[in-house]
Amino acid sequence: MPAQPDGNGLTDLQHRFAHAVLQAPLAVPSGIRHDVRPTRERRFGVYRNNVKASLAAALAARFPVVARLVGDEFFTAMALVFIERHPPHSPVLAEYGAAFANFLEGFDPAADLPYLPDIARLEWSHHVAFHSADASAADIGRLAELPPEALGSVRLGLHPAMAVIASPWPIVSVWATNTHDATPEAPAAGWTGETALVTRPHLDVLVQRLPPGTDRLVAKLAQGIALGAAAEAVSRAHDSFDLATALSTLFGAGAITTLSQGSSS
Amino acid sequence: MTADRLPRAGAGLKPEHQRHILDARPDVGWFEVHAENYMGAGGPPHHFLERVRALYPLSVHGVGLSIGSAGGMAPGHLSRLKAVVNRYQPFIVSEHLAWSTHEGTFLNDLLPLPYTEATLSLVARHVDEAQMVLGRRILIENPSTYLLFDGEEMPETDFLRALARRSGCGLLLDINNVVVSAANHGFDPRAYLESFPHEHVGEIHLAGHAVLENDGDALFVDTHDRTIAPEVWSLFRDVIARRGVRPTLIEWDSDVPAWPDLEAEVHQARSIMQMAGGLDARAA
Repeated sequence: MPAQPDGNGLTDLQHRFAHAVLQAPLAVPSGIRHDVRPTRERRFGVYRNNVKASLAAALAARFPVVARLVGDEFFTAMALVFIERHPPHSPVLAEYGAAFANFLEGFDPAADLPYLPDIARLEWSHHVAFHSADASAADIGRLAELPPEALGSVRLGLHPAMAVIASPWPIVSVWATNTHDATPEAPAAGWTGETALVTRPHLDVLVQRLPPGTDRLVAKLAQGIALGAAAEAVSRAHDSFDLATALSTLFGAGAITTLSQGSSS
Repeated sequence: MTADRLPRAGAGLKPEHQRHILDARPDVGWFEVHAENYMGAGGPPHHFLERVRALYPLSVHGVGLSIGSAGGMAPGHLSRLKAVVNRYQPFIVSEHLAWSTHEGTFLNDLLPLPYTEATLSLVARHVDEAQMVLGRRILIENPSTYLLFDGEEMPETDFLRALARRSGCGLLLDINNVVVSAANHGFDPRAYLESFPHEHVGEIHLAGHAVLENDGDALFVDTHDRTIAPEVWSLFRDVIARRGVRPTLIEWDSDVPAWPDLEAEVHQARSIMQMAGGLDARAA
């Protein structure tokens, strides 16, 4: 490799630089002046630290409940492993962290907190909802205005910020406790699974529990299936499904934006 | 375009302050945002920026285009930047003399470039492309750096002068970056500013830096997390007295203080600018 950075030299230099910045065990790349104090190791260390500390801080801000559950020190160590394996691919840092929940699934040191990946999924959905497209939520009163014979064939459009995360763990309870209360709390024995609904009807992101079967209803609505057929299918599969409760939860959270008649798109 | 208005002092817009700014409408000249924070589809960032923009002039400062990447600028990023510029109609658009993307990986920092003819051609080509796509002149900021490369062919000030001449871009003079780089590389910041091509400067940045001591060796780090150092204020005073007043921004990006602390720095810059402007007026 040429020491003189010419056209190709710059490509080589940036290649060595980029790899050494991300991978701590790698030596300082060649091509950096070393006839000066402080040492080039310390100088290069500033870039290493800037890159990694800023990304770790971005992840900590994006996954505050995960950070609280494992503690700041553990979180930073975990984030640094994630950053090395999954560095960002876009200068838009808001897009960084989508792979964090799946990474946690396979991160052995956190294996005794099996609910951690689902908490991360909930926090990621919360973050995505914050930046998602704006849309006006529809009022449930619009359903009541429909003639009874039109109710079954109405199609409900879902808000772009809306997300549903089903979990075998009480993720909404854990999230709420660790977001609003002073002391961190893990799920107690005997707690049951919860399905989270994330919405952002206006500026604030809302998180709440979905009643049984409602996630299945949302999945059918998302496919463009009319309300009548969707409700019937979910009722057949879930004894405890209650359409009125499901609809008041979804409309109340601002999850529905449009009511339309006619064929699905 | 509001480029002809009397240059004023502004502040970096932080989410922590935006509600207060909309309620209290503080007397500052303008605000600057990082373009990358407004590349989402919607939500509170755009909600608040639309409202701030309705009240104040805005400058858009890109931190992710990677104008110095040998493998090309960040893919797709220029069109995202264009969307932000089109939406908010800023009076200044700026980016950095730096790189951050390599083979699709984004290294979240402004990484240094060797100042060679080859780098100059590459950067000038990218600035050209950016100005073409955006349909306007952009300003390029002098970086703060922590290391130098073997085989560099020209000083940074010559590089920036040649870049401005070749591409027609303007320059953003960050005086804190000058102080940081000068300390790290052992040159005199006054000599640097003496040879800086001030005729191309369209904006000045001021910020705070940290000094990291280790075994008697100090490194200055461009942290934007504290008040501006006295040396930076003093150089700012000299530069604008001799070279003219420019729109000047206080950058404070981490450990963001309560609004009054940031506003106090803006007002300090403003009084220095008014004094320099007054001298200009008397001289004219």
